[in-house]
Amino acid sequence: MSDDFIVETRELTKEFKGFVAVRDVSLRVRRGTIHAMIGPNGAGKTTCFNLITKFLAPSKGRILFKGRDITAARPADIARMGMVRSFQISAVFPHLTVLENVRVALQRKLSNSFHFWRSDRTLARLNEQALGLIEAVGLSEFPAVPAAELPYGRKRALEIATTLALDPEMLLLDEPMAGMGREDIERISALIRKVAANRTVLMVEHNLSVVADLSDTITVLQRGEVLAEGPYETVSRNPEVIEAYMGTGHA
Amino acid sequence: MRLYWIALAVAAVAAVFAPTVLYPVFLMKALCFALFACAFNLLLGYVGLLSFGHAAFFGFAAYATGHAAKVWGWNPEFAVLAGTAVATGLGLAFGALAIRRQGIYFAMITLALAQMVYFFSLQAPFTHGEDGIQAIPRGELFGLFDLRNTETMYFFVLAVFAGGLWLIWRTVHSPFGQVLKAIRENEQRAVSLGYKVDHYKLTAFVMSAALSGLAGSVKALVFQLASLTDVHWHTSGEVVLMTLLGGMGTVLGPVVGAFLVVTVQNYFATFGAWVTIIQGVIFVVVVLLFRRGIVGELNALWLRLRRRSVPAATTPPAAARPGVEPAAHEPPPRKRRVGEGS
Repeated sequence: MSDDFIVETRELTKEFKGFVAVRDVSLRVRRGTIHAMIGPNGAGKTTCFNLITKFLAPSKGRILFKGRDITAARPADIARMGMVRSFQISAVFPHLTVLENVRVALQRKLSNSFHFWRSDRTLARLNEQALGLIEAVGLSEFPAVPAAELPYGRKRALEIATTLALDPEMLLLDEPMAGMGREDIERISALIRKVAANRTVLMVEHNLSVVADLSDTITVLQRGEVLAEGPYETVSRNPEVIEAYMGTGHA
Repeated sequence: MRLYWIALAVAAVAAVFAPTVLYPVFLMKALCFALFACAFNLLLGYVGLLSFGHAAFFGFAAYATGHAAKVWGWNPEFAVLAGTAVATGLGLAFGALAIRRQGIYFAMITLALAQMVYFFSLQAPFTHGEDGIQAIPRGELFGLFDLRNTETMYFFVLAVFAGGLWLIWRTVHSPFGQVLKAIRENEQRAVSLGYKVDHYKLTAFVMSAALSGLAGSVKALVFQLASLTDVHWHTSGEVVLMTLLGGMGTVLGPVVGAFLVVTVQNYFATFGAWVTIIQGVIFVVVVLLFRRGIVGELNALWLRLRRRSVPAATTPPAAARPGVEPAAHEPPPRKRRVGEGS
């Protein structure tokens, strides 16, 4: 069973001082699929996300990644195990260049990251790999530009390149399309589909056409609980979902 | 790049001949504080952590060196090493406690711990309370160089300063430094990339403490005195001032800042209490006019001029040259308020 499902949560619950943000969520993400979490504002999507990546500790419940219990692991450990997340607010290193942004991610595997007596020119051997990733996300014109100077959509692309540099088995994308124009959405959608070819993707996304287009499975959350789950066709016909979300959101 | 070597050569020549023009003790004091400020800046400028307790490392190392040289009769090289080692240990203890917090909380914890060191120094018998440790013998370096000779002492201080500055420069431009900058820029993201940021921050904190200790130890030999002034929070504040004046997040900024502050203290000493006011005015002016500090502004100006002088048509976009580092040798100092941890 754990072969099929790369991530499993069991009765995951998170309380914030009496307010239950996530209640008994048992989620199973099938290996090699694109799985989306949707739901109205405050449904607990981002909390769920933070629980799975260990940026928050659950009040109750367990989380399994590749069959291993990671409920007590720390965020950096999760990343090392092959599950890497993005953030809602674009997460780049603003004053590092595009190349340096990607290289910082590649650098971790060199295990020279504590070498303060060495020149950073030793990192140049990562350049080729970094430039390849930069090209893959369509930023090949900008490797020497500080990340802060990129337009928003390109920052997100850079973020994805940085995430891919870790070659994660599993990608967690927190609203990858938030605040993007149509053109950027198309580019990033294509990119997500490309990188999902040999990976598992779990994403939170508001843009329903993107979700419908990309995902194999959709989990609908409402008030911290799972309302429905399944492929878009099934979920979108579920009367409860239509009432709770689609009715207003899809119009 | 060539320009950098020329500047370095000019600086080296100036440093060698400076004591013939300027008062050597003044120069030595400035060099000690410059090293101290550079060590402090390693933490503030490159990790984004504002410590308000660095006087503890500087001052307590001075006591350790003074005690080792005077009471135990150690050679200066061992006395200085002892002071540095004590500061390193202190840094490890402080860092382990403070590193988990950010911003103002980090500053407050370091301040509280440093105050503990201050009151310990006030009470402990070996520090001699208000008197301090006086008449610390300078001794003979490696049994060869008589440091009682002011000129020899000056070159010893200069060598320590150059070595310390080189180490900081090396650290900033190393694979480790690259991770530090990433943590400074976006800590959460660094975590999500799998970096155990606490380990990196602690390592940087200990390095900063050790180098501050080195500066304090040498200062104890220069003045042959280790006193409460060095562990007082004023000193912690002064090093913040020097770093911000010169430009945090630049390797040379703190050196410029330290020379400026020490100059004001020494050459305007005749103005008495006005010194503090002059310092305050300079600080206000710098903060208002040059938010990146003196060196930070010069760097920015230099970058602007370079961009303008290279016509866009003749060069491929900077981007098209893979592997070419961006023009900046320093990260552009951020316009964020001091005290914000991340």
